[in-house]
Amino acid sequence: MSKYIFAIYNDEDVLMQNIKPLRNNGVRIKEVFSPFPVHGMDQIIGHKRTRISICAFIYGIIGCCLALIMTNYMMITDWPMDIGGKPSFAFYKNLPAFVPVIFESTIFCAAHGMVITFYLRSKTLPGVTAFVPDTRMTDDKFVMQVECNDNSKKAELTALLMKHGAEEVKEYGK
Amino acid sequence: MYEAPIREPLILGDKTNHEITEDICRPIEGKANKYWWWCFIASVAALLWWVLCVSITVGQGIGMWGINNIVDWGWDITNFVWWVGIGHAGTLISAVLLLFRQKWRLSINRSAEAMTIFAVICAATFLLTHIGRPWLPYWLLPLPNQFGSLWVNFNSPLVWDTFAVSTYFTVSLVFWYTGLIPDFAVVRDRAKTKAMKFWYGLLAFGWTGSSKNWQRFEEVSLVLAGMSTPLVLSVHTIVSMDFATSILPGWHTTIFPPYFVAGAIFSGFAMVQTLLIIVRKVLSLENYITTLHIDMMNRIILVTGSIVGIAYITEFFIAWYSGVEYESYAFINRATGYYWWAYASMMTCNVISPQLFWVKSLRTNVTFTFILSIVVNIGMWFERFVIIVSSLHRAYLPSEWGTYHPSWVEVGIFIGSLGLFFTCFLLFARFFPVIAMSELKTITKTSSTQAKRAALEHGHSHAAHH
Repeated sequence: MSKYIFAIYNDEDVLMQNIKPLRNNGVRIKEVFSPFPVHGMDQIIGHKRTRISICAFIYGIIGCCLALIMTNYMMITDWPMDIGGKPSFAFYKNLPAFVPVIFESTIFCAAHGMVITFYLRSKTLPGVTAFVPDTRMTDDKFVMQVECNDNSKKAELTALLMKHGAEEVKEYGK
Repeated sequence: MYEAPIREPLILGDKTNHEITEDICRPIEGKANKYWWWCFIASVAALLWWVLCVSITVGQGIGMWGINNIVDWGWDITNFVWWVGIGHAGTLISAVLLLFRQKWRLSINRSAEAMTIFAVICAATFLLTHIGRPWLPYWLLPLPNQFGSLWVNFNSPLVWDTFAVSTYFTVSLVFWYTGLIPDFAVVRDRAKTKAMKFWYGLLAFGWTGSSKNWQRFEEVSLVLAGMSTPLVLSVHTIVSMDFATSILPGWHTTIFPPYFVAGAIFSGFAMVQTLLIIVRKVLSLENYITTLHIDMMNRIILVTGSIVGIAYITEFFIAWYSGVEYESYAFINRATGYYWWAYASMMTCNVISPQLFWVKSLRTNVTFTFILSIVVNIGMWFERFVIIVSSLHRAYLPSEWGTYHPSWVEVGIFIGSLGLFFTCFLLFARFFPVIAMSELKTITKTSSTQAKRAALEHGHSHAAHH
């Protein structure tokens, strides 16, 4: 497993500007932690586009199909009801009345499926111990996670990070 | 991102990101002040009254209420529709304003969403009590015959309502909670005591704020907003169909869905104003919830209030224009019959009073806004009462004519539901970050006072060069 050191920045723009020069100097930047979403950060670090909205679309289709099957089975196949002289014996004739339920089920499955996927993929679940290199990173500091496998090069790397705008460089838990 | 320097700032008082954290965490970390305790004690007292009245209803039956064979929906459904409607503003602020990239939503979306959740809980209590046998709520769900009923009837708006309200509640809840996670992490990382570290650590779900997580977070927020927008419109549309699909004069109206949705947003924004004007005072958040925010919300109240007013007048016109005598009678009777005072209250509070917001000095006046927001909610309560009771008390046949007066138990449940709502909201304001600070920090560089000043100075020095 790789070892890391953490460079603390005061300003998100300074951090972003320095990612490229640092990488040109051979520094391996794994992640950046910030107190709020910084626009364009994911692209600069090189994260792929998230596919979570595609998941939501698929969950929505599943929800829609489940509701279609449910309404058809319950009201057309299993126990057709003659309500107010308006029998529900054909699915296509009854469909307009089922639209609200089908719509709500679509949204229900898409929304909850997406949020559950988000929690699982981001490992944000109850009981998870957070990875906190510096407690100020949720307040107003920006933390850059930098790979440092060779202890002898740590001083050199620290100096390089400080030269590139970092306020402080530290190890995890120190 | 560029923003014109002359546009008013959204965060006052030269706040840095750290000061934002401090200001918003202070109420959670410190001790509650005496205003909070007084409000909390009053709310819990009302909540206990609610427990008593609900117990009487469940123990003795619906006969303890004033409803009868003729007016079989009274305060129960009035309150249900009122509470669901109030909930709509929270979703409108967090979802629709997000889609329109309105940055002023950032200071108010958290508490507005909390209001949504608690309002829908209150609404649900009325659904549960009005069914008479609240220990059988699963009869509303599509369960097979062995559970005691046939399949539910999917042609019925009441079943649509079950699906709509439950989807709305759960989706609003996860939307709200997902937004809260980064802020819980802030409180966790600042926590001084072991208990706070444990509880907020648990609530924060191990959030770190890595750029990958933020990327997913933003995508999830955007897609949830995109889904919540049609969802919120569908909910009050379906609530209005509980009435509109019947054949009762006064209910059998195609205008109901848009008119109910506009009314819901109208009353919801009024409730947001009532709550936020108290919250900003009690928690000293005047720098974040500014008169600009109040002005913006008042404009929405003005627009939706005007839509509601036009809907009332259109309804009246169509009742006459249709040439249907039952329809005409229902409306004339509303305005001049037994419940004329309810109709008059509704027209005054909903149609006339919001028009005062054309005046800018009134729109930006906090005290006036506070009073008017309560007036609007009284008016919107009367709207539902007028629609439900005045339509039911004079149906087609004279044998279907009667009157309705609520019993003390019904009144108690309503007052108690306010207690339930405010108890939840006060606990929220005490233990949860009331402003979405992680989102608010995204605009300190563009919309704070210091950013505006810097932009103006920059502009001046730029002009001096030429």
